[in-house]
Amino acid sequence: MSDGIRKARTHVSQDEPLLFELSSPGKKAYQLPALDVPAVDPAAVLGAGNVRAEIAGFPEVSEVEIVRHFTRLATWNYAIDLGMYPLGSCTMKYNPRLNELAASVEGLASAHPYQPEALAQGALEIMAQLEAALAEITGLDAVTLQPAAGAHGELTGILLIRAYLEARGNPRRKILIPDSAHGTNPATAATAGYAVETIRSNERGMIDLDNLPRILDDGVAALMLTNPNTLGVFEENICRIAEVLHARGALLYLDGANMNALVGISRPGDTGVDVMHLNLHKTFSTPHGGGGPGSGPVAVKKHLEPFLPVPRLKRAGAAWTFDYDRPQSIGRVRAFYGNFAVLVRALAYILACGAEGLRSATLDAVLNANYIRQALLPYYELPHQAPTMHECVFSDARQARRGVRTGDIAKRLIDYGFHPYTVSFPLIVSGAMMIEPTETESKRELDLFIDALISIAREVEENPELVLKAPHNTRTARVDEVTAARKPVLRWRPPAG
Amino acid sequence: MGQAFSLSATRVAMVKALAGQETSLRYLPKSDSERQQMLEACGVSSPDDLFAHLPAEVRLARPLGLEPGKSEYEVLEYFRARGAENGCGYASFLGAGAYYHYRPVLVDAVASRGEFLTSYTPYQAEISQGTLTAIFEFQTMLCQLTGMDVANASMYDGSTAVPEAALMAARITGRTGVVAARALHPEYRAVLATYSRNRALAVEEFGYASDTGRLDLDELERKVTDQTAAVIIQSPNFFGVIEDVPAAAEIAHGRGALLIDVFTEAVSLGLLAPPTEADIVAGELQSFAVAPNYGGPYAGALATKERYMRQLPGRLAGKTRDARGNRAFCLTLAAREQHIRREKATSNICTNQALIALMATVFMTVYGKRGLRELAEQNLAKAHYLAARLPRRFSGPFFNEFVVQTGRRCPEAVNQALLERKIIGGLPLGRFYPELANSMLLAVTEMSRREVMDAVAEVLRNE
Repeated sequence: MSDGIRKARTHVSQDEPLLFELSSPGKKAYQLPALDVPAVDPAAVLGAGNVRAEIAGFPEVSEVEIVRHFTRLATWNYAIDLGMYPLGSCTMKYNPRLNELAASVEGLASAHPYQPEALAQGALEIMAQLEAALAEITGLDAVTLQPAAGAHGELTGILLIRAYLEARGNPRRKILIPDSAHGTNPATAATAGYAVETIRSNERGMIDLDNLPRILDDGVAALMLTNPNTLGVFEENICRIAEVLHARGALLYLDGANMNALVGISRPGDTGVDVMHLNLHKTFSTPHGGGGPGSGPVAVKKHLEPFLPVPRLKRAGAAWTFDYDRPQSIGRVRAFYGNFAVLVRALAYILACGAEGLRSATLDAVLNANYIRQALLPYYELPHQAPTMHECVFSDARQARRGVRTGDIAKRLIDYGFHPYTVSFPLIVSGAMMIEPTETESKRELDLFIDALISIAREVEENPELVLKAPHNTRTARVDEVTAARKPVLRWRPPAG
Repeated sequence: MGQAFSLSATRVAMVKALAGQETSLRYLPKSDSERQQMLEACGVSSPDDLFAHLPAEVRLARPLGLEPGKSEYEVLEYFRARGAENGCGYASFLGAGAYYHYRPVLVDAVASRGEFLTSYTPYQAEISQGTLTAIFEFQTMLCQLTGMDVANASMYDGSTAVPEAALMAARITGRTGVVAARALHPEYRAVLATYSRNRALAVEEFGYASDTGRLDLDELERKVTDQTAAVIIQSPNFFGVIEDVPAAAEIAHGRGALLIDVFTEAVSLGLLAPPTEADIVAGELQSFAVAPNYGGPYAGALATKERYMRQLPGRLAGKTRDARGNRAFCLTLAAREQHIRREKATSNICTNQALIALMATVFMTVYGKRGLRELAEQNLAKAHYLAARLPRRFSGPFFNEFVVQTGRRCPEAVNQALLERKIIGGLPLGRFYPELANSMLLAVTEMSRREVMDAVAEVLRNE
């Protein structure tokens, strides 16, 4: 396909039908122990109307077929374990296997959320340790671990702001959000009952400090800021921004999606941030699992602490206990106490890294992004020149002249053995190519990635069709997403006749 | 004293000797010379130069106040010690939204594969067919189980699926209130309250009949108005009692409201009639091979009728073809979602719980059509065995959970007596239902052994 492809080559891949197509009556993969109590007749004890007929279409498959089915499916996935995953603002770093083992430890995985507190002290201690570590890392005063994901943390954070302002007499009407923000920010503000006002970035991709006081009126509850922003640019005026907001009684919310650029270097709490969420599945190395589970703890300054979700951990002598008596709390955002097994993984990572390790991870993350920026500068347009932190955003401006867009380049990267970067985001860059390498890429992997993008830039000049029709080497060719949305087929059904 | 000093001096010397080897974190894959080459390529001499543009006021001038990094062995020891503090080796009768079911070995064998564990949300369909195919199978099996037409790729958990279902009903009907059963899981109701508070969604509650533990249909009839977007019930309900879903549906539909049926014990779907009369089914899938994990991560289910498909929040995998004409899957109907619609999205949700949904998919496949039924029947038989030996509080039909009255002593005292026999008893209900202060909720699964149940019955009868 191209002499430039060094990381990947094609290989035979197994075909595999759906589970339902493998099914045949009478095949099985289970055996229950003999029942040690008398059997009961469901219709007799429940009433015939409460008992179902057989589950039509439900599969019947043997054990070895199940193993092969899911193993074959697995080989159709790209993953961190296979190579670099340069998705911007997603922080796809290596997921240490130690974390997995820690989460499966007896007494942790098997703990029931309602078991007596006296028999849950180990779990509570883990949560307390993690709360303390995250407070230290963010420079904030209190942490809730309850939110199940980043977007869930955002919602919790905005509800905290609302409750705080309400307690002061007026929840206010709207949230300011920069045009570079991720789509969750406006969706969250709306979910929390706020209107959204988009504010434009200046030519350096930052908040326009001169303009801020002009749009700040008494209706503004908060500004939702991502720092570094989605261009990978640090908001150098963040302390001033916070001052301006605070002077008008508004709060500063930080979207912690890009915290991987700051750990051990700069603490949001020291820069005027009132409330922020973290993504443990980004900065703190817990696996994405193909789209979850994640965890989105929220850290706050002292003045927001009374409003945190119930229950709160507190000391009772030598033991930990849950405090439910929190009259100003926003209530619960989730049943139980959060994605505990994800919390275990994040604490395992923090313990393994230590203070120095966390800081060196940040240094390497920023070094890797700058290395890529420097190497690709001759080949791709860099629309914003401000210094790069943990990610860099190029555009397809040069390639677009040959009819090749960022999405096409991304698909061609797959042929070279890489997952694409983030495509067409942030929205303030036309044809954005958003690249976040993270710290866990070797120099060799980075060099291969750079070579791949340079090679693709050459292909765009010499043979744009090659890029436009990519990927060529994958088991599945370009997928028709338009038809999928136009005529949605969201479940298997048995073939007619 | 002298000896202690000399020991610690030795230790200091050892630490110093090792220090040279411990300068870098084992998760960072670069040698110092590679780092140096990269710094030179960037035109700087030290990593700190890359942060030179940060104003001094934002820089942390000291190391983080955290301990030094630890070895694998030390980290593992730390967590094993914490696990031991959680009380191991107890038989448990706790349920109430998290259940002890057996986890077939294939579940972890599949879910620990790096291609599933360490992949991202499957936006890039060409290299995510494994996850997408599994999600499509998951969606299909949830439809088959619940009798709904379409299910999404999963929600955070059961508790957050409920407000998402309520908001969905409000969008569909254009109405502003929901009526929720008091026999809906109390923590789910608490989450619903948090979500609805700022959404102009009024939540009213209706009670249960004090003899049967089933819905108070008369009260429901009175509370449903033409501003009710949905009636929310749970079946089996928080007390384990199976509700009259068709009757609740009739009342809701009679006033133009939708019916949302919630489940917390997914194994019940293997035996109980599917809630086909409901318009939206929301539930918790923890029972399908997800460890209790002290409350999470779990996965929520959300399924509905075909006509409400475009109002479903969350991820959906759909079938399509690739450029070579082969069957392929991709995430679809993204026009509902936050990354396209921003503040007009159906929800701010970004992810499903893909890995947990995968566990549930493997679980459902291992048991299959007959196994899930057989598993549910074992749960039923064992629960009825224990219940027959105890004073049940409610007379309504039940699956594998039921409420018992603890007699003269309070539930906490009974549980204390059970703990002495290495048994964790039921959940005392007074915390959530003051009127049931002398009652506890017991859950029985296929893991509950007869002799342990006999011991529970003995302790409770002696009260």
